[in-house]
Amino acid sequence: MHVPDGFLDAPTSIATGVVAAAGVAVALRGARKELDDRTAPLAGLVATFVFAAQMINFPVAGGTSGHLLGGVLAAVLAGPFTAVLCLSVVLLVQALLMADGGVTALGTNITLMGIVGVVAGWLVFRGVLSVLPKRRSMVAPAAAVAALVSVPTAALAFTALFVIGGTAPVDSGKVLVAMVGWHVVIGIGEAVITALVVGSVVASRPDLVYGARHLLADRELEIRKAVA
Amino acid sequence: MGAGHGHRLFFHGHSPIHRAPAHWKLVALLAFMLTVVATPHHWYAAFGGYALVLVTVILTSRVPLLYIARRMVVEVPFVFFAVLMPFIATGPRIDVLGVSVSEPGLVAAGGFLAKATLGVVASLTLAATTEPVDLLRGLRTLRMPDQIVSIMSFMIRYLDVVTDELRRMVTGMRSRGCDPRSPRHWPMLARTLGALFIRSYERGERVHLAMLSRGYDGRMP
Repeated sequence: MHVPDGFLDAPTSIATGVVAAAGVAVALRGARKELDDRTAPLAGLVATFVFAAQMINFPVAGGTSGHLLGGVLAAVLAGPFTAVLCLSVVLLVQALLMADGGVTALGTNITLMGIVGVVAGWLVFRGVLSVLPKRRSMVAPAAAVAALVSVPTAALAFTALFVIGGTAPVDSGKVLVAMVGWHVVIGIGEAVITALVVGSVVASRPDLVYGARHLLADRELEIRKAVA
Repeated sequence: MGAGHGHRLFFHGHSPIHRAPAHWKLVALLAFMLTVVATPHHWYAAFGGYALVLVTVILTSRVPLLYIARRMVVEVPFVFFAVLMPFIATGPRIDVLGVSVSEPGLVAAGGFLAKATLGVVASLTLAATTEPVDLLRGLRTLRMPDQIVSIMSFMIRYLDVVTDELRRMVTGMRSRGCDPRSPRHWPMLARTLGALFIRSYERGERVHLAMLSRGYDGRMP
């Protein structure tokens, strides 16, 4: 869910805007390494894919529904820098063309969902992957753990921002319990769907999965001579 | 490119607001919203003034007020939160209609609701009066990095193509007795999303090759 205008005070909004701008600048440099000169069209289409994937709703407790955030999904499929870039662009388009998420809260939203969500998820993903056996089938479970951790981590970061610059006099302990509790539930849905999607792409096009690329066996070109 | 010029929120018109340069509109929106966000919750008159400014702008743009009002549904989740706030907030309690609520919570909820509503209406006005092409040009004028603007332009260009592709796949699933919302059918849904990712990525590769063959050298003309 996007943070709207007026939820955090102006100094906090501006500060998160600066953090977001710095994060996106780093991601721009990194994404060039992940995608080289194909950055613009490929990141654009991965961003569109993330947007489409976010349209999938799944039921959460009590008749409400959550939707996929797609941070870890994008990171595992296309690389962490590209994922930060894609989620930031998705949030930018949503704020400017769909009035979804406030303009002044754009920095906050990019920091939380784009940077914290993706970076935390990617670190967990690499961490889990380094413990598991080096096999392709391990990519999907690692992505699940990463997605499960990443969503409540973003909620935790939100709570921290709320304590610093929240405009409502609500007990921060209550906010913490509500936010993290709720997002653990969403995180479970996110984990299952992320793992299933990553699993299906690993099964059919493992070369496209950034997080599995180092596990693909180095297959050398073998030139066989035809027996005359 | 064959896609339409507008997007889902765009309202075709020829008003001064429609014709105003997009970078001015972007700066105006950001300045307006920062002012709104920085206003203390209990300056009720100021919020009335902000609302008046917004309504004047919308009337000048000749976008029907109902058109904006109908698209305000994106705000609904925050209204729930705002309604909840007086009950969970700390501070001295007062009785409103026989229910004990927190006074600072009530003021904060009112202020938050006013700010969020102004934000949604202001953003909707920008979206309703600005074509995506102009918006991208405006962002470039405001020195948004070239790469971000081009990624954004690709996203806007292929948004309908990819979401329609997903819609067709989901229609296909439904017609075969599968309910994409039910967790029981998640594996099916996930394969669909996986296929959508591969199709999107391959479309990106094809677009890149097509661009190269037309002389693309890493910069958009």
